[in-house]
Amino acid sequence: MKMLGNIGKYFLMMKVVFTKPKKWVIFWRLLFNEIQLIGINSIPIVILMSSFMGGVIALQTASNMSSPLLPAYTVGYITQSSTILEFSPTIISLILAGKIGSNIASEIGTMRITEQIDALEIMGVNSLNHLVLPKIIAAILFFPILVIFSMFMSLMGGYISLVLSDLTSTETYILGIRAFFEVGNIYYALTKTVVFGFIIVSVSSFYGYYAKGGALQVGESSTKAVVASMVSILIANFILTQMILL
Amino acid sequence: MIEVKNINKSFKEHQVLFDVSSTFEEGRVNLIIGQSGQGKSVLAKCMVGLHEIDSGQIFFDGRDFAAMDRIEKTQIRQEIGMLFQGSALFDSLTVEQNVMFPLTMFTKMTKKEMQDRVDFCLDRVNLSGKNKLFPSECSGGMQKRVGIARAIAMNPKYLFCDEPNSGLDPITSILIDRLIKDITYEYNITTIVITHDMSSVMEIGDHILFIHKGYNWWEGDRDSIINTENPEIINFVYASEFMKKIRTSMQEKKHI
Repeated sequence: MKMLGNIGKYFLMMKVVFTKPKKWVIFWRLLFNEIQLIGINSIPIVILMSSFMGGVIALQTASNMSSPLLPAYTVGYITQSSTILEFSPTIISLILAGKIGSNIASEIGTMRITEQIDALEIMGVNSLNHLVLPKIIAAILFFPILVIFSMFMSLMGGYISLVLSDLTSTETYILGIRAFFEVGNIYYALTKTVVFGFIIVSVSSFYGYYAKGGALQVGESSTKAVVASMVSILIANFILTQMILL
Repeated sequence: MIEVKNINKSFKEHQVLFDVSSTFEEGRVNLIIGQSGQGKSVLAKCMVGLHEIDSGQIFFDGRDFAAMDRIEKTQIRQEIGMLFQGSALFDSLTVEQNVMFPLTMFTKMTKKEMQDRVDFCLDRVNLSGKNKLFPSECSGGMQKRVGIARAIAMNPKYLFCDEPNSGLDPITSILIDRLIKDITYEYNITTIVITHDMSSVMEIGDHILFIHKGYNWWEGDRDSIINTENPEIINFVYASEFMKKIRTSMQEKKHI
């Protein structure tokens, strides 16, 4: 029952979030600030995670290819398809749910318990629209860029790991990356990313906005925000895969 | 002038306010006093719309606030300034940006006009030259003064102060009290201060509403609160041993 109540409360919150900003100048300023915080500041972790994961995928595939019936370019093909279809959009989103989700929930939760949100409301500011909308738009705009970055770095990681390990030639790896490449898969990945970005920011904002109590409760809200975002991403991933790929 | 009529408020099964009515006049410092947990902050939050009331009416110069929709409430709120217990300054903004925030949001002032207004407000609370500090770099008293500067930036008709002295030393408390009093008289504002600090009551209380167990238990001014025989108020006002001695000596003088 409590979960159903929270879902209802979440949708009511979204209704208030998606209203016209009071002043566009302030909205743009907040949006660019959020792009910096949510997007640009996440680039290093995306680069780090993607290059190592790409390297591991390529190494594991190459070391397990014992059958002579499998063509050599399979390593590149598997790295490419697993990166584009699942690793970059989903795993990177799960990682970002931890980084960005906890940050947003604790930021808004602290504003709630220190009465900063009340101060906004008293001034006549729509606090949800003011605080949450720029974050959602920033995530929707920048998450696809992060994922494209991730795809590139993952494939680069695979390339470098094969150069270092000498398990297979880099020419066949590149051939594998280009083999059976479908642009539709990129659209699929980016669509998923936009949805995941929306989920991470809105769910985390929800838990932060309705935080009560003190520092301990803000910490709890932050944890709940990350867990709920991750579970929502996994469910959404399943549904989107059913809808788009099958 | 703010009028509240028969305000009832409960949280789930627990009723906090029972038929509270009172009138808070403009150009006066109106105090809401009472022990912790008696409902004074809830009453103030109901008055500014942070809590929905169960029943009753709240009139801001004859305009029924409780019956208004969100847009109308927003317009009234632009006439309200509020100083929060913890100051509630936006910690990502500097002192200047905090005071400028409502001006940027709701006025069509030029940057120069806004800057002049910010400088005026900061000067009014004796914080000239502190524009570029962040709230974390300010002392408790400075944060309260920035809170007051932000609250008066829009020339409010109504000023709410939630425990303005909490966490401050006695001298800074008196400075904040005097500032609130001066601003109220100077700009003819309807000021409502929630406090349980008796020195504030004596320093600035033109009209005092005593809330006890969620009821309007007593109303009067600072002279009548000294002489009242209401046992709950006597317990509250003369809570410390020192104050009890003062009361005893006052009574002895009366008998002589």
